[in-house]
Amino acid sequence: MLPLVLDAISFRAGGKAIIDRVSVEISTGPRTVILGPNGAGKSVLMRLCHGLFEPTSGTIVWQGSNGGHRRQAMVFQRPVMLRRSALANVIYGMRLAGITSRERELRARDVLEAVGLLHLSGRPARMLSGGEQQRVALARAWALNPEVLFLDEPTANLDPGASRDIENIIAQIHASGTKIIMTTHNLGQARRLADEILFLHQGRLVERAAVEPFFRQPESAEAASFIRDEIP
Amino acid sequence: MNEISQAFGVAGAMILGFDSKLIEIVLLSVSVSLVAVVIASIIGLPLGAAMAVGRFPGRQALIVVLNALMGLPPVVVGLVVYLLLSRAGPLGQYGILFTPSAMVVAQTILIVPIVAALSRQVIEDAWQEYREQLRSLGAGSVTSALTLLWDARFSLVTIVLAGFGRAAAEVGAVMIVGGNIDGVTRVMTTAIALETSKGDLPLALGLGMVLLALILMLNAAAFWVKEAAQRRFG
Repeated sequence: MLPLVLDAISFRAGGKAIIDRVSVEISTGPRTVILGPNGAGKSVLMRLCHGLFEPTSGTIVWQGSNGGHRRQAMVFQRPVMLRRSALANVIYGMRLAGITSRERELRARDVLEAVGLLHLSGRPARMLSGGEQQRVALARAWALNPEVLFLDEPTANLDPGASRDIENIIAQIHASGTKIIMTTHNLGQARRLADEILFLHQGRLVERAAVEPFFRQPESAEAASFIRDEIP
Repeated sequence: MNEISQAFGVAGAMILGFDSKLIEIVLLSVSVSLVAVVIASIIGLPLGAAMAVGRFPGRQALIVVLNALMGLPPVVVGLVVYLLLSRAGPLGQYGILFTPSAMVVAQTILIVPIVAALSRQVIEDAWQEYREQLRSLGAGSVTSALTLLWDARFSLVTIVLAGFGRAAAEVGAVMIVGGNIDGVTRVMTTAIALETSKGDLPLALGLGMVLLALILMLNAAAFWVKEAAQRRFG
C-alpha cells in the first residue's frame, strides 16, 4: 500500500491551521520519525495519515497496489484497554480484522510472548501497569501484521525502563518487516529509533533528512534551535 | 402510639411467619417489575448505546426528551396506558387491562427512559475514551456500540437495578392499569395504599418493610457489583 503520498494537506480547526500545506511522500523501508515541539501538529498529522481525521484540503493517497485501507494499525500515547483480559484485547483487534478464530488464538499468544507478557495474558488488561498496557497495545497492533504501524508518542507517559521495553519492541516490529511511522518530542528516542526525520514546526513540514545529518547539521533554523534546547 | 407499635409487631410476625397473603403480593410485585425491567433493558440499553455512538439528525432533541422522561409521572403513564388498553382504545382487543401484563406495559414505559438515558451517559463517557482506538481497529458504529455495552457492563448493571427499584416502588401506574384486584393485580405498593386507607396497618407496614428491605438489598447489590468489578477489572 506504500508509498503514502500527502499532497498539500491542511487541517484547520477553530480558524487555525493545525497542519499547514504539508506535502510528503513516505515510502516503505526506513523508520520515519515525525519530530517537533509540543503543539507542532505531530499527532494531528499522524491521525490524518491513519484516516482518523479528514484533511480540510489536499489529498492523502496510498499509492501501492493493494491500496487496502486496513493494512495499517496505530498505537496511541495513552493505551486504550478494553475491560477484558490482555489476551482478549489482542484477539479483539484480530476479530475486527476478520482473522479466523483458530489463527487469532495462536497469533495472540505469539505476539504476547514477543512483548514479554504471555505470563500475564489472562490478567484483566486495565489492571496492568502503564508500561504493560502499552505493550499489550503494541501486541494488539502487531498481531494484525500491518504493513504500516503508526505510533503516537508511545512512551510519553512511561518511565525510562518501560520506555526502553517499548523501544525494543518497536525495533522488533520493524525487523519483522512493518513500516514504522512514529511521533516523538524526545530527541534521544528519535536518535535511537529513526532512520529518517520529518521535522514539524507550527504545522509546517520544515525539514526532512536522514537521522545522522539531521542531528549533525540541521538545515533549518527551527530544527537547529529545537536540538540546541535539549536538556542534557 | 400503642397501636402503631402493635402494628409493627404484627407486621414482623407476618414477615417471619411467611404469611401467605403477604408472600403472594410480594411475589407478584417482584415478578411484574422483573419482567418490566428485562423488557426495558432490551429496549433501553441498545437505545442508549445508539444515542451515545450514533450521529443522526434529532439526536440531541432525543437526548433531552429521554432525560426529561426520566421524571415521567407514573399516574400519567398509567392514564395513557389505560386509554390505550381500555375496550375502546387502540389496543383494547387484547383485553389485558387489569391484568399483570398491563402493569408490565406501564412499568416498562416508565423505566425505558431511565435505562436509556442513564446508559447513554455512561456509554458516551466510555466512547470518548475508546473512540479513536476502536475506529483505528476498524470498528463500525454497531460494533463499537456492542463493545461499549459489554465494556460498561458493570455500570449498566447498576442502572438496570435502579430501573427495577423505580418499577417496584411506583404506585400510580399499576394502580390505574392493574386495578389493585385482590389475588390478581395487587402488588406491594397498591396494597399499602389500600390497607392504609382501610386502617389495616399491620399488612401495610409489613409490605412497607419488605419493600424497603428489597430496595436496600438492590442498592447494596448494585454497589457491591460495581465495587467488586472495579477491583477485579479496573
